[in-house]
Amino acid sequence: METIQKKAENVADELALVQAAKSGDLEAFSQLVKRYDRNIFRIAQHITHNEEDAQDVVQEAFLKAYTNLEQFQGNSKFYTWLVRIAVNEALMKLRRRRSDKTVSIDEDVETEDGSMPREVADWSPNPEQLYGQSELGDILKKTIQGLPPGFRTVFVLRDVEGLSTEETAEMLGLSVPAVKSRLLRARLQLRERLAKYFKSRRSGDNPR
Amino acid sequence: MKCSEFLTELTDYLDGSITTGIRVELEEHLQWCHECEVVLNTTKKTIEIYRNNQLYELPDGLRMRLQEAIIKKCKSVKSCKNPE
Repeated sequence: METIQKKAENVADELALVQAAKSGDLEAFSQLVKRYDRNIFRIAQHITHNEEDAQDVVQEAFLKAYTNLEQFQGNSKFYTWLVRIAVNEALMKLRRRRSDKTVSIDEDVETEDGSMPREVADWSPNPEQLYGQSELGDILKKTIQGLPPGFRTVFVLRDVEGLSTEETAEMLGLSVPAVKSRLLRARLQLRERLAKYFKSRRSGDNPR
Repeated sequence: MKCSEFLTELTDYLDGSITTGIRVELEEHLQWCHECEVVLNTTKKTIEIYRNNQLYELPDGLRMRLQEAIIKKCKSVKSCKNPE
């Protein structure tokens, strides 16, 4: 966890890099790219489920940020602004790939009780150790991919990337209560889906 | 407190953004409701597992392609400094 001081230094440092980049310093912009390209790729991959699309999103998002740097007012963090660009690009890619053209961050397909837990068996004490690293990775990918885009985007920004509810709301153009509602449902749905792999089981049992 | 009310507050409880009064009520509920305790613990575990396992690494060559694309873009504007 970053200390408050470290966080403040990072923000000041980021602002200096953005100012330098605005005046045409390419090296400063390159540093911003190196700082955030991993995060942007992960977010894009989670939304699009397609590596080629995710790579395009990273490139388009950074180029768009570079071209429109003048428009960045500094009212929010550069990273928040960048993620917002990337999420929009990623949703556009997803729409193009899917026959359903209505994909949006507002997509909210579940009813209130759609998240009521049905599976309440306890999990193994160390569920991650039930599977090898690569098998575990496949389970986690498959499980999160099953969530509606609006839910998984909120979950990734909040719980994987560690952004605040307010930052997530700002990035996605949603209200804070809307973010909280999606986050709750995303967490409960993931929990429900992972339960079949991680619940305490007798030897010989196989997940369905 | 009913289980459905517990669930409504679950996200704020996990994030520590909850008033003391509600936290006390939730913790009282957990004293007797094993099912909500399991849901709480396994939801917490769900978040931890996703946080601990980064599923996607930056593909080889992407960073370089990105730099090249930005240099190209930079060269197309007059104010560009140090493009190499």
